[in-house]
Amino acid sequence: MKKVYNKILSIVGNVISVRARGVSNEELAEVKTKRGTSLAKVIKISNDLVSLQVFAGSRGISTDDEVRFLGRAMKVSFSDAMLGRIFNGSGEPMDKGPALSENLIEIGGPSVNPSKRIIPKRMIRTNIPMIDVFNSLVVSQKLPIFSISGEPYNELLARIALQAEVDMIILGGIGLKFDEYMYFRDELEKGGALSRSIFFMHTAADPVVEGLMVPDLCLSVAEQFALKGKDVLVLLTDMTNFADSMKEIAITMEQVPSNRGYPGDLYSQLASRYEKAVDFEGAGSLTILAVTTMPGDDVTHPVPDNTGYITEGQFYLRNGRIEPFGSLSRLKQQVNKDTREDHRAIMDGMIQLYAQYMETEEKRSMGFRMSTWDKKLLKYGALFEKQMMDLSVNISLEDALDQGWKILAECFESDEAGFRTELIRKFWPAGKDKEEKAKEEPSDDPTEEDISEEPVPETEAGEPAEKVKKKKGRTADKKKRRKA
Amino acid sequence: MANKLLGHITAINGNMIEVAFEESVVQNEVGYVLVGEERLKSEVIKIADNTAYLQVYEITKGLKVGDEVEFTGELLSVTLGPGILSQVYDGLQNPLPALAEKYGFFLPRGVVLDAVDDTKKWHFTPTAKKGDTVYKGSPVGWVPEGIFQHKIMVPFDLEGEYTVASVAKEGDYDLRETVAVILDAKGEEIKVRMSFEWPVKIPIKAYTRKMVPTEPMVTKVRIVDTFFPVCKGGTYCIPGPFGAGKTVLQQLTSRYADVDIVILAACGERAGEVVETLREFPELEDPRTKKSLMERTVIICNTSSMPVAAREASVYTATTLGEYYRQMGLDVLILADSTSRWAQAMRELSGRLEEIPGEEAFPAYLESRIAEFYERSGYVELPDGSFGSMTIGGTVSPAGGNFEEPVTQATLKVVGAFHGLSRARSDARKFPAIDPLESWTKYKGIIDPAKVLKAHHILQRGNEVHQMMMVVGEEGTSIDDFVYYLKSEYLDSVYLQQNGFDPVDAVSDPERQKYMFDKIYDVLYTDFHFDAKDDARRFFNDLRQMTLDWNYIRMGTDEFDKKEKDIDRHIGSITA
Ligand SMILES: Nc1ncnc2c1ncn2[C@@H]1O[C@H](COP(=O)(O)OP(=O)(O)O)[C@@H](O)[C@H]1O
Ligand SMILES: [Mg+2]
Repeated sequence: MKKVYNKILSIVGNVISVRARGVSNEELAEVKTKRGTSLAKVIKISNDLVSLQVFAGSRGISTDDEVRFLGRAMKVSFSDAMLGRIFNGSGEPMDKGPALSENLIEIGGPSVNPSKRIIPKRMIRTNIPMIDVFNSLVVSQKLPIFSISGEPYNELLARIALQAEVDMIILGGIGLKFDEYMYFRDELEKGGALSRSIFFMHTAADPVVEGLMVPDLCLSVAEQFALKGKDVLVLLTDMTNFADSMKEIAITMEQVPSNRGYPGDLYSQLASRYEKAVDFEGAGSLTILAVTTMPGDDVTHPVPDNTGYITEGQFYLRNGRIEPFGSLSRLKQQVNKDTREDHRAIMDGMIQLYAQYMETEEKRSMGFRMSTWDKKLLKYGALFEKQMMDLSVNISLEDALDQGWKILAECFESDEAGFRTELIRKFWPAGKDKEEKAKEEPSDDPTEEDISEEPVPETEAGEPAEKVKKKKGRTADKKKRRKA
Repeated sequence: MANKLLGHITAINGNMIEVAFEESVVQNEVGYVLVGEERLKSEVIKIADNTAYLQVYEITKGLKVGDEVEFTGELLSVTLGPGILSQVYDGLQNPLPALAEKYGFFLPRGVVLDAVDDTKKWHFTPTAKKGDTVYKGSPVGWVPEGIFQHKIMVPFDLEGEYTVASVAKEGDYDLRETVAVILDAKGEEIKVRMSFEWPVKIPIKAYTRKMVPTEPMVTKVRIVDTFFPVCKGGTYCIPGPFGAGKTVLQQLTSRYADVDIVILAACGERAGEVVETLREFPELEDPRTKKSLMERTVIICNTSSMPVAAREASVYTATTLGEYYRQMGLDVLILADSTSRWAQAMRELSGRLEEIPGEEAFPAYLESRIAEFYERSGYVELPDGSFGSMTIGGTVSPAGGNFEEPVTQATLKVVGAFHGLSRARSDARKFPAIDPLESWTKYKGIIDPAKVLKAHHILQRGNEVHQMMMVVGEEGTSIDDFVYYLKSEYLDSVYLQQNGFDPVDAVSDPERQKYMFDKIYDVLYTDFHFDAKDDARRFFNDLRQMTLDWNYIRMGTDEFDKKEKDIDRHIGSITA
């Protein structure tokens, strides 16, 4: 039984209200205007006054336009026929293919029982050393790419999608520019992955609220495929746009904002999406990579901040590279002990040396004298950036580890890089091993960083902050202390 | 209840509904929204103009104006009785593994399962006898629950004096059977069973007095036990930005803390983190009892994607279960991760009630709620003369990592110890990232406070020198100052920092801490004379490396003694 109303009482922002009875919370409705038909969702009911959020936006809606309640919540069709297809933010086809209506599933379903979850243990190889070696990606992980606009985050997403060994890719665009959308399509097509991909595209030209459903559409469909045994990778770009749409609705509904205009439930809203990432025991899995652009390059902005509290680490993309500092895969320790015995040592050792390089670089720029050790570090830093950090480097984990030893051997004597003797014996490139030298090198080991050779920690975390932030932190600390 | 009081929904706003009612409604009573087969648990949180405002502990998708609501007259309660230990509950005490068994991967809406199996038989041994005078909380007997004697007590809502009329003989009983009959002053009979309900938002106070916490609660984390200790029955908080190590620190504490029972409240954070505990604890051995760690653990799991209102309830559920076991004379530790998510749940609700918002939109009563929560901790003397304690440690997740925010500030006002995690330390991988210069405690620990203070002084001095060096460079620093700096770095890297993932280093018991501290203290207060900074640096570098190695060696082994001799020899090489 469909109910039709044609007296819209108020239109504020993208929210309209009508008087209606028998309507259920989060029910879907169609609003028919001269421009066409848009979906709308019930977001609040007070007696017979029903507020709806209109996905196509309220522009052009007339008070006597027709509102037809559909008697159901938002659903999306789920079938293999979706593969290779492109849909919009309301789940309608954007390509020339037919609309799909069989096997409808509700979006935003219940959450997984925590006691059914398993400890993730399968690594996803990307052939990007900054990921595979230093912050391994793991099946069922939820991980954002923190970035500022202008960084090649979509290129990075596309590349991971193509190189990751997954069964399926679901791409959700939220406020995506048209050329970015085309870029994804072309890349996946070139890589031969289009036929195992599904797109839900909300572009920057579409009404803002229409982007709100994209994550749920992607994740609900992905969840179904995962239950059917597929390893699904969901790419969401850009989640900051998603949060901004929520902010818009919240302000329209006159909710009290908590922080910079964002609603108090921003955390819960984001979490209910990200927590969809899962590895189903005995079935498939769902992994989420999402772009979160940081307004003003500020990681304490509510969107990246809340995201960081939810996700299992983050990749910082800066100057076209994945930053070793601040980037973190919280799940890496689940997988990097079974790859190669030198993996963890290279991961820790190279980063610690790179941190020392950064310090030396700072000293150098301040005009302090450079010691022999400092000069070695400078050489090391340059090689590390070029042969490891550069995003064009495309090699397997094993090759990257070998590359690491080569860089080390080019810059240091085998006993000054801070590695365990047994590893050096096994991996230090032949001919570069330290020759018996009568004269000892002057020890310039800075005391700042900890180079514990023994035993390598089972796991480790956030790397030394990048300089700027470190300094900020210090002055802030100082200030507080003075106050205390 | 023959005549159930009914009402019907008049408005829906997120997880809050307005309900019109005919007769009467009790503030904070539980109501059920009836949708088809589903019964959605809700709680009355405000009453005005013949309208009850209820928060719904489930998602409200599909609810309609006019849907019926059944009022129960009971406050939100949990079941207390044997069988709680090693359980994994959601915020409302629904057993998650049982739900999984019945419903599979996903959490169904509107289902309630028994928190404890009331058909299971427990072996009861009476301790009270006919004619005894008993009060609320007095034990009448016990049953073995894992490694504990689970006391069967006079329900906590019975005020005044009672006389035991009869106690069941030793034998097997289930939770529905009467194990004792007691008489009140008027001679009225009251049946005592092995389980009863208790409203979660009301503290259990069946003790004779509350005492000042003085006995250290050893966590085996050096920086905590030595520098910022917590006492049994005390409170502490761990604020820190994301990734600073709050959860890992709590996980370590949940494993190694010297208490009888640990209750983990996973409140609004990642489900994946609970899974680690859930899957690993059954396999891990509790060093004290040699039994599985799970036997002393209860997990209350209301992670971030589970309903928000139930998240609000989950910390109360955890504390109520904790208070219950405290009544048995046990030492209980509650670890809540994260109290900020609980505060946010309150904020969401407050917003829907259109209350006047305070700072960052948190409700005005945020502070008093936080204070009430931590107030439920305590070291208490029980009616039978024994003592029990409940310690509460909560993490705080401040927005932007900035401690100048309402939840952190309100928490700092009430807790006894502050373990502030710093981004700078976690970024430099100095774990646990507790900032030694910002953190504080009101409790006394296992080490002579005068010495701790003097060691702490070195850290401050070292930090000052470091700040100065960043401006004038090493060249402009005097050698004496430089040695201060090296000493503080030494203390930091071999004592404050601790490898939580190494089986030996992660667990530093008091004996070892005292031993190590004395050794390091001697180094800190030895006058070293170096000719050049490089000599000093080399000396401390080597000393640090040796001490780190020492940290990884089990105490009481030959190897340990050998390393110690090396260290002594190294120190002697300078002082001699
Ligand atoms: N004590 C520790 N020892 C080693 N690594 C740690 C320690 N504490 C935290 N880490 C690292 O930091 C990461 C984040 O820690 P976590 O406790 O999850 O942070 P938070 O709960 O504050 O967000 C972990 O995944 C781990 O890699
Ligand atoms: Mg955490």
